[in-house]
Amino acid sequence: MASNQEEVTLLGVTRSPFVCRVHIALKLKGVEYKYVEESLFNKSDLLLKYNPVHKKVPVFVHNGKPIAESLLIVEYIDQTWTHNPILSSDPYQRALARFWSKFIDDKVVGVTSKAVFTVDEKEREKNTEEVLEALQFLENEIKDNKFFGGEEIGLVDIAAVFIPFWIPMLQEVAGLELLTSHKFPKLYKWSQELINHLVVKESLPPRDHVFAFIKRRYESLFISK
Amino acid sequence: MTDIKLHGFWYSPFTLRVKWTLKLKGIPYENIEEDRYNKSAQLLQYNPVYKRTPVLVHDGKPLCESMIIVEYIDEIWPQNPLLPTHSYHKALARFWVKYADDTFSAVASLVRSSNGEEQEKAIEKIWEHLKVVEDQCFGDGKNVFGGDTINIVDIAFGPLITLLVVLEDALGVKILDDEKFPHLHSWYNNFKDVPIIKENLPDQDKMVAFIKVFREKLIASS
Repeated sequence: MASNQEEVTLLGVTRSPFVCRVHIALKLKGVEYKYVEESLFNKSDLLLKYNPVHKKVPVFVHNGKPIAESLLIVEYIDQTWTHNPILSSDPYQRALARFWSKFIDDKVVGVTSKAVFTVDEKEREKNTEEVLEALQFLENEIKDNKFFGGEEIGLVDIAAVFIPFWIPMLQEVAGLELLTSHKFPKLYKWSQELINHLVVKESLPPRDHVFAFIKRRYESLFISK
Repeated sequence: MTDIKLHGFWYSPFTLRVKWTLKLKGIPYENIEEDRYNKSAQLLQYNPVYKRTPVLVHDGKPLCESMIIVEYIDEIWPQNPLLPTHSYHKALARFWVKYADDTFSAVASLVRSSNGEEQEKAIEKIWEHLKVVEDQCFGDGKNVFGGDTINIVDIAFGPLITLLVVLEDALGVKILDDEKFPHLHSWYNNFKDVPIIKENLPDQDKMVAFIKVFREKLIASS
């Protein structure tokens, strides 16, 4: 399987929650890897070669073979380095984990962005409602578990790192109330557990860097009005 | 004796993905036809998040989202495997499965289009996606699709192309142009003649009639 002669590279951008997922998976498995910071305004030839379809990060390269799409990369890492499993060995639990991870992509991450980065009040309201509905589903799902993966973090927790780190910054910049302890007590508790998990802490980007980016992007929407 | 129920719509490409998978593997199941305008209490209980089909219920345990269901079935019933065993090829197959799902959004826009301009825009978007598939998935030993046996990428795209053929008929437009998309065209011609697929394709005329009514209702309510 995996040996010390492995060539493992991750192409990404510091601020991306999708790239963060891959950092978490790799650090969880103790895999040594090279990280390459890309510029999305000036994409490298390497990025364009390895992800010609979407031209996006993260791109994971293992011994010269590229894989795109953060959740697919995480599953690949889990299958290749099998200690500290991220997914259950039970097919039904695996299917549920995939369902909730996809849900987070479809109903939380993208929709939060739409709610924040818009000048259209109706759009903002509509998308905010959608995010709140989605967070309620997650509130119901976490119940009294420490993580979605149980006692240890799993695929869903890794997919959901956007919630405890990025959402608080996005809601602050846009003046929205999305993740609060009074609205979603169980989810909020989970979010604090996740953000303080050793491996997750090591994998998160610098808060100031991300906040500055979000603020700049938000303010630029209003400048051109 | 395992108990398998599939809640679906006869016309849905997503239900079709699951149906084909079950048939390919020779897995007996009970088909439960849902009514989208009057969904069963059971369906809403099994899929509270999206309230839609398909839903597979295996020994009382529900699963939602067509390709997640397909992977689950493939893991539990390994005969006629759909996913490759090698992790890297698995990741590639899943990439294209996701791309098929992304392409469906473009198809949905076409279904909803209420005038010529919207229709044109939607078709342009679909062509963009099909071009990527045409260029990236065939040739140079890129057996992303099929090869000798049906695989998960065929299952993911099959119903999508089937729906495009129905829409061509219903709207009087040409989408799957064999000059623009020779590989895709040729792949689909082979695919739809595979006995299991052929026996389990919804009737073309019925589908065209259905889509016309479905569109009228959609456009009227928007």
